[in-house]
Amino acid sequence: MALEAFFKKPKNELEKGGRLPKIKPETAQYELCEKCPDCGSEIPLSALWENMHQCRCGHCFRMNARERIRLLADKDTFTELYGDMQSADILNFPGYKNKLESTRTSARELEAVICGEARIGGYPCALFVMDPYFMMGSMGTVVGEKITLLFEYAIDRRLPVLGCTVSGGARMQEGILSLMQMAKTSGAVKKHSDAGLLYIALLTDPTTGGVTASFAMQGDIILAEPGATIGFAGQRLVEQTTRKKLPAGFQKAETVLEHGFLDMIVPRPEQKRVITALLALHRPEGENHEVGV
Amino acid sequence: MKSAYDYVKTARSNDRQTGLDYITHIFKGFIELHGDRRFADDPSVVGGLAWLDDTPFTVIAIERGRDTKSRIKRNFGMAHPEGYRKALRLMRQAEKFNRPVVCFVDTCGAYPGVGAEERGQGQAIAENIMEMTALRVPILSILVGEGGSGGALALAVANEVWMLENATYSVIAPESCANILWRDPEKAPEAAESLRLTAQDNYELGVVERIISEKGGDAQRLFASLAADILSWYMKMKAYTPEELAEMRYRRFRQLGVPKAP
Ligand SMILES: [Zn+2]
Repeated sequence: MALEAFFKKPKNELEKGGRLPKIKPETAQYELCEKCPDCGSEIPLSALWENMHQCRCGHCFRMNARERIRLLADKDTFTELYGDMQSADILNFPGYKNKLESTRTSARELEAVICGEARIGGYPCALFVMDPYFMMGSMGTVVGEKITLLFEYAIDRRLPVLGCTVSGGARMQEGILSLMQMAKTSGAVKKHSDAGLLYIALLTDPTTGGVTASFAMQGDIILAEPGATIGFAGQRLVEQTTRKKLPAGFQKAETVLEHGFLDMIVPRPEQKRVITALLALHRPEGENHEVGV
Repeated sequence: MKSAYDYVKTARSNDRQTGLDYITHIFKGFIELHGDRRFADDPSVVGGLAWLDDTPFTVIAIERGRDTKSRIKRNFGMAHPEGYRKALRLMRQAEKFNRPVVCFVDTCGAYPGVGAEERGQGQAIAENIMEMTALRVPILSILVGEGGSGGALALAVANEVWMLENATYSVIAPESCANILWRDPEKAPEAAESLRLTAQDNYELGVVERIISEKGGDAQRLFASLAADILSWYMKMKAYTPEELAEMRYRRFRQLGVPKAP
């Protein structure tokens, strides 16, 4: 109900620009809003935070990796793995060192993927979550290594893997070694698969390039968030190459589902329930977890 | 001295031999096999069976065409998902009949088209890469021209990867890289330098095992030396079990880009 009231509030003064005073959310009369690109609603940030960064029309705003872990993992069950690994400027690529430093500060993460073990609805699983705020989730050697290590960890402990992807593709500042991460991660996914273990991929906006062309599309079950862009080639490149206007819904999750490349589209409030149900269906024989969602 | 961008221009040059040339001059009795058994036959990817010495091989090549007409037919060597699916079908067939696989790679990248995307370009490449990591027969990939990103890797998850001395292998085209990073495609030569895309760079980074001399442009000598090299590579691979071949290939890629401990 409180949320409804927020949505109906007229456009506030702060949106007109100028200096923005810092105000604490709980005492604020007005607060910063984000405009929904789908329905045009102005949504106060606090309402976004309360509603899993989803507009009431269903539009999913981007979400950082830690928030997503909070959304999916059972409370206080997430243990991070390989959290201290960070990229180096291995090729002396112009500007990369500074870019890494400034990104670490702004994203408050060391890399574009966070890995760990957690319980979801009571079921133990290995989890990797990519971060759109760290160089748009681009995959360099550290992202590739962390995801590979996580699949190897899951093989050793016979755990299912849940992977949430968001990525602009391979990280060009690490050159050909970034490209090689597609093969490295795919090899680990294959070993995990051959061991009879479950891998669920959850594709979020945007999942493109080398990540789509490797572990995002290799899940036993592939889920996606509503409206997510999912594709291999960038849309500008497709437009330039074909010299045609792109069809409506091109590379949108709904279209990708229609073409048969996704199992289902799951709105944010449903994700934990659906993933829990899938983990339950694949629980090891003879194990009977007490399940409470 | 030849700059990195000079290598890019050489690799793309229309004077170079193309994929089919390598198949027909190195191997004997090539029988082309068509189609992905899913949707279509992609002329950008050519594959089939052929002899080298007295061993049957599965041979696959990305073909970009030699004249305007054939370039259009081959879509300038930019494969659709059907091309990658055909290649995977032939590799699985090779596995069934215990034949070694040789791939010749020459592409600026997978085709960025509407149909290609709708029919799962990313999924097709992902599946090739994943299945190739575990294929139970030896795979050799030779980059003969341009090695463009995922579209090239989809045929290059091999036990050994070789590069011709003027071939390139890159995560992104230098023009696109310059455009994204500096909003200036004119800076492609700088990008080419930074991307480390020459055969020598790739060799130093451990991404390829061998640089193949182009014998000063003498194609016949190049074909003859490649035939001998491929045969001796195969003799070496014959000593391994199917499990060992898959494990060696996995290890080969597993150790690429392992960050040093801080
Ligand atoms: Zn909305």
